[in-house]
Amino acid sequence: MVKHLTAKMILLLSMLAFSLTGFAQSGQVSGVITDALDGSTLPGATVVVKGTVQGTVTDINGNYAITVEPNTTLVYSFVGYETQERLVQPGSTVNLALMMTSTALEEFVVIGYGVQKKEDATGAVTAIKADDFNKGAITSPAGLIAGKVAGVSISSNGGAPGTSSQIRIRGGSSLSASNDPLIVIDGIPITNDAGSGTRNPLNSLNPNDIETFTVLKDASATAIYGSRASNGVIIVTTKKGKEGAPLKIEYQGKFSINQVPKTLDIFSSSEFQKFYQEQFPNQMDMLGVWFDPDGNVIPNADVPDDREGYEQKIYNTDWQDEIYQNAVTKDHAISATGAWKMLPYRFSVGYTDQEGILKTSAFKRTTVGVALNPTLLDDHLKLNVNANGSFIKNNFSNQGAVGAAIQMDPTKPVIAPDGTYGGYYTWLENGQTIPNTQGTDNPVALIMQNDDQSDANRVFGNFQADYKFHFLPDLHANLNLALDHSKNEGTVYRPNYAAAWYNNTQGGGQSNEYTSDHKNNLLDFYLNYTKDIASIDSKIEVMGGYSWQNFWYENTWDNNNIPVFIDPVTGDSTGQSLVNSSGIDRGELFLVSFFGRLNYTFKNRYLLTATFRQDGSSRFSEDNRWGLFPSLALGWKINEESFLKDVKAVSTMKLRLGWGITGQQDIGGYYGSLGRYAYGNDQAMYPFGSTYYMLLRPSGYNPNLKWEETTTFNVGLDYGFLEDRLYGSLDFYQRTTNDLLSYVPEVAGGNLTNYIDKNIGSLENTGFEASVIGRIISQKDMFWELGFNATFNKNEITELYQGASIETGGIAGGVGNNIQVQAVGESATSFYVYEQIYDQDGAPIEGLYVDRNKDGQITPEDKYVYKKPAADMYFGISSNFTYKQWSFFFSGRANFGNYAYNNVLSENGWYNRAYRNEGPYSSNLLTEVNDINFYTAKYHSDYYVQEASFFRMDDITLSYMFDNVLADKLDLRISATVNNAFTITNYTGLDPEVTGGIDNNPYPRSRVWTLGLNLIF
Amino acid sequence: MRKIFYIIALIGVSALMFSACTKDLDTIPIDPDENTAGTVFDDPEAYTSFLAKCYAGLATGGNHGGDGEPDVAGIDGGFSQYLRQYWYHQELSTDEAIISWDDATIKDFHYQQWGTGDVFVAAMYYRVYYQISLCNEYLRQTADGKLSDRGVSDDWRTKIKAYRLEVRFLRALSYWHALDLFGSVPFVDENDPIGSGGFYPSQYTKAELFAFIESELKDIEGQMMAPGTNEYGRADQGAVWTLLAKLYMNAEVYLGQNKYADCISYCDMITGSSYQLAPTWQQLFYSNNDQVPATMSEIIFPIRYDGQRTKTWGGTTFLVHAAIGGSMVGTDYGVDGGWGGTRVTPQFVEKFDMNTDQRAVFYTDGQTMNIATVGDFTNGYAYPKFVNYSIVNGNKEDGYAQDFPDTDFPLFRLGDIYLMYAEAVVRGGGGSMSQALGYVNDLRTRAGVSTISESELTKEFILDERARELGWEGHRRTDLIRYGLFTSVDYVWEWKGNTQQGRATDDKYNLYPLPAADVNGNPNLDQNPLY
Repeated sequence: MVKHLTAKMILLLSMLAFSLTGFAQSGQVSGVITDALDGSTLPGATVVVKGTVQGTVTDINGNYAITVEPNTTLVYSFVGYETQERLVQPGSTVNLALMMTSTALEEFVVIGYGVQKKEDATGAVTAIKADDFNKGAITSPAGLIAGKVAGVSISSNGGAPGTSSQIRIRGGSSLSASNDPLIVIDGIPITNDAGSGTRNPLNSLNPNDIETFTVLKDASATAIYGSRASNGVIIVTTKKGKEGAPLKIEYQGKFSINQVPKTLDIFSSSEFQKFYQEQFPNQMDMLGVWFDPDGNVIPNADVPDDREGYEQKIYNTDWQDEIYQNAVTKDHAISATGAWKMLPYRFSVGYTDQEGILKTSAFKRTTVGVALNPTLLDDHLKLNVNANGSFIKNNFSNQGAVGAAIQMDPTKPVIAPDGTYGGYYTWLENGQTIPNTQGTDNPVALIMQNDDQSDANRVFGNFQADYKFHFLPDLHANLNLALDHSKNEGTVYRPNYAAAWYNNTQGGGQSNEYTSDHKNNLLDFYLNYTKDIASIDSKIEVMGGYSWQNFWYENTWDNNNIPVFIDPVTGDSTGQSLVNSSGIDRGELFLVSFFGRLNYTFKNRYLLTATFRQDGSSRFSEDNRWGLFPSLALGWKINEESFLKDVKAVSTMKLRLGWGITGQQDIGGYYGSLGRYAYGNDQAMYPFGSTYYMLLRPSGYNPNLKWEETTTFNVGLDYGFLEDRLYGSLDFYQRTTNDLLSYVPEVAGGNLTNYIDKNIGSLENTGFEASVIGRIISQKDMFWELGFNATFNKNEITELYQGASIETGGIAGGVGNNIQVQAVGESATSFYVYEQIYDQDGAPIEGLYVDRNKDGQITPEDKYVYKKPAADMYFGISSNFTYKQWSFFFSGRANFGNYAYNNVLSENGWYNRAYRNEGPYSSNLLTEVNDINFYTAKYHSDYYVQEASFFRMDDITLSYMFDNVLADKLDLRISATVNNAFTITNYTGLDPEVTGGIDNNPYPRSRVWTLGLNLIF
Repeated sequence: MRKIFYIIALIGVSALMFSACTKDLDTIPIDPDENTAGTVFDDPEAYTSFLAKCYAGLATGGNHGGDGEPDVAGIDGGFSQYLRQYWYHQELSTDEAIISWDDATIKDFHYQQWGTGDVFVAAMYYRVYYQISLCNEYLRQTADGKLSDRGVSDDWRTKIKAYRLEVRFLRALSYWHALDLFGSVPFVDENDPIGSGGFYPSQYTKAELFAFIESELKDIEGQMMAPGTNEYGRADQGAVWTLLAKLYMNAEVYLGQNKYADCISYCDMITGSSYQLAPTWQQLFYSNNDQVPATMSEIIFPIRYDGQRTKTWGGTTFLVHAAIGGSMVGTDYGVDGGWGGTRVTPQFVEKFDMNTDQRAVFYTDGQTMNIATVGDFTNGYAYPKFVNYSIVNGNKEDGYAQDFPDTDFPLFRLGDIYLMYAEAVVRGGGGSMSQALGYVNDLRTRAGVSTISESELTKEFILDERARELGWEGHRRTDLIRYGLFTSVDYVWEWKGNTQQGRATDDKYNLYPLPAADVNGNPNLDQNPLY
């Protein structure tokens, strides 16, 4: 399938390339195009000979020159400005001032199943265009709009290359179900689950191909997507060719260096020795490497008391330094946009080669995109064909090394003095030469002896036809057929001499292969009728349609050990048995929907939008299958009223009121409402006599399962002053989720499982959002736009199963330790801890907590809810300053009131952690241990729940646009960017931005320095 | 015009499609390993595999090796394993065991200060009810009507009839655990519905539960296979009798009324059948304890493990590994290393004649007898009783794999029956005092310690003998409660009540609490007193 489509694309590309032809010459018209308002020049404006594809674009100074025949009409256009036409003669100079259209608000925004004039939108909708995207080495599309939209929080899940971002729109509306928004790319609602071996479905799109992000926030905008819309919708449109536009070739190249901005403060080798001398004077043998009188390495635990002839060698290893690297990212993207006769096209190829800061991790992505959007039959039939291919090679490295680098004893060497275990130092089991199963694995060996790669290929595309009926041009029919197919293949190889995968009886190592195949097919059809009824000063638009979508997946795995046992000392190998586990896993889901929308505009002032959607999902049993999701919204364009119409200062003033119900059906398995039986594997069998039988297990199920329903109220105001030099919006919302899907204890004996998904409980998000964008300076040579947005969100669980709290949030360190709770009256996943008591110097006293229920003892009943991971306030700021050829851009984000549980500290910040007598082995600690003075683990102290408010400067870019390159045939822009420039925070862990609130095994987010080059010709 | 025709045709086709599309919503699993109850039993071997699952419910934490696809949620799969949790509850709470780890509330077992939200208490409780639900589902799916509907052959129906008896035994076993650990608990059987339909099991009193277990066992007793005639590992009459004997042994705790005479008569039935003491005590805990007939003849009902095919991080994998730490060398015990967890208290050690008793398998090198620091493995003697090797013709042979031992766990064995008999006699249940003395001395002789006289055979002596003979085999908490010593000031051990010298605790700890989640979730339930 992938191969087939690729071949097609290549064919298409060659056809397009062949068709590019030169222009004949006659006489020249030239001039400069300026902004009518402030006289500034307009680079990049289009000048086209009417009715042809012949044309040019203005250069950096707004100059153009075009060769024309006598009596030619030229069409001058620029995005955001009103198009003008002029009759011109060869040899003349035509300077032109273009009027800005009512700027931002005259734009169309993409909404579900259609587009709408932004000024007529009644929902809370924010569109971000390519020009406003964040800049620099952003390989993940979500990063383009981080911090840009009020009410939207985007944070990357860590520092691994190609890693996904967590996107939350107005706080999560679910507890157990997914809180990810629905992402729709060119009309294809994509699934968030693309299978193992991939990192994020959005990452299969090259950021350079994206034209707009439209974020639908309130229910009146999202309800058209029904059962999948509770967490908001992000609609992504890709760039397209424009009819009549000349060929434009754009190249963008980036070269980046990724740095580790900060590592954790742990003991160095000499500090660790000193620490050991103080705390474990009798265990100094644990340090370094011991050699017996014959010069052989022996386990530290085996050193005899007299030490006669034995030698201890202490090393000095900075393990964090050993596993990280400065990494390079190279990124190339080239696109051709234009029109061939009546066929506008865009073709793009992108290549990203990103190394991770964790050694060996890498992400290589090739993307191909084709968009064709011809208009046929006298503008009656618009076709839209999009095809995107993404071919990713991942090297995952081994993130286990991050935690191991914190814990590995710094007095140990990277390389084994005796060359065993592939040459990497390994903790030995006492009395033996086999690896110690409890000791920390050598972090470098974890990376170097781990080959974990995948090829993730994804092809998605659609064919869309919009037909305007000949006999009734007000009526459109729209058909959208789409497919999204991804196939991932991965291999994991770990040699049998690697200590971490060693097995001293069976031959160890791993040789695993897996595949993951996902197919997602879509058919949408709708009819749209628009009518201006001048007699009653009204405009109506009615849309109705249905949608059918099918999701199918198949995962396979084949895991083996390496059936040769290698003696680590002698190197001898012997044949051993193969331990194999393989299997296949398949599922299928169908969604069928009917939907409709009515837009009614009265006197171009009063707007009404009503939508409904009826969704059926195969995930639920027949009785609960169908759900109805309605919405209603009213808008009032106050600035069109007589009392404001003449007030020049007010250019936009629209009040929006919306209500709607949306759903969430993405709740884990496809068959949760169905009783099933499944066989186990051949390593969990049970013998009768000496015959082993596979286990057949019935699964728990809940036939009453259905979707969550979220009811949203939204009141919003869009405003714009002084020709929209200053504009923005304010929104207040309340979202109540009922039938909250919770993974809750099942009554004992009531089912074949003790935990099950049930629709129980309610959750409320209340919030306020504001955004303001101002063009502070708008002059000929100087331009400065500053944008600011703020979100205040409060999340509260209002009802739970029988009012009972549910513990959640497992941490590293010990089994069964949970640190969070879902409790009524509290924010979701609040921390649930003991209240630490401090001494007069403010130092925590080990094991001393407040007896909150005053029963004279400290029991789990004394735990209390203390803080939560979600921020109370989010802010985003971005600034774009241009002076002549220079431009300076920055964007940053701040979160306030978010807390994190510092699990790295609670796991590595107590003295006895440093000497473990199971094994035995020594373990490094954070130097903070000296401030805390705990001897044993105190995981549940609120000491570790730390404020993690922060301001992060995401992006600073300085760029320069060159003039007069290659006789004006070429625009050249170079830029320098630093991403993740700095972070201001009081949080003592590595990074305050902790997804989910539990900070463990932190892969640092890199700081990225990028040099970029843009060529347009 | 033709275009219009096309468009109309398109709409027509679409309209047809959506009526078809709504039918798509009736999906069935397409996974080759997954079936609905409607299809899985097309192959009658499925009844045997389902029976194997009912047994494996005691042995592994999940449906995949190493506790993958865990049965019980809310806790790590290996920790959720039945035997491991049962052992925590029965041993860590007593003088026989203490653990150094930091897993959630694990040390609270030894301190006797657990609460209603304890994650391990919940794991045990839900594991017991998982097992009961599994057995109920088995009985539901093998009801006569279902078998007739599916056209099951007569041969298979005969087999399934026997399977059903064993499943009822397994269910009774778990109900006995529920009774012993939790007291008055919810009751469900195969006649109750499943599937989150708003059904709430009602709570049985201890007496009602006792009566149910007793009547079930008596009902199946006569139909089970004779002792030693079923495939090894499957329940037979011996298993049923042993469970009845244990139920009667503790009847005074459950009902306030003793049934020692009944206990004696069931012990007699067991000793009167083919069971024999193994030649040595240690071989009962070897990796080949399911291979050697002389060993197997003492084991009445085992929980079975295999390093290749029955893998779990609980069970004997836990028992062997966790007991190794400090200067102990893993391969000396047939495993790849130690987990440095479990030791014994000095009060337990003091019951042994360290020089002669072969059952005093303590490891003392580098270990202190007293436990100053609970979290330090070298505090307290190690007790590597379960091992993953065997001695065959004087040679040490390791189990199949060093990560997952082969060693079976002898849940019921003849040694226990001997001591139950003796105790029931001493407690006045009838029987023969000389027989009782003979049994106790048989065990002592096998262990290499001196025999005792009839006057020395007191009930206190028997309690200590049970510790020596049956240490870490999952009996201790039940025994101490039967003797009234579990929470009492009359017998304390290090760290009982969370002080090193030990102290009395509240009597409420004689029962574990029902998990708060179930009391909140099931309106029919009352919590145990004082929790």
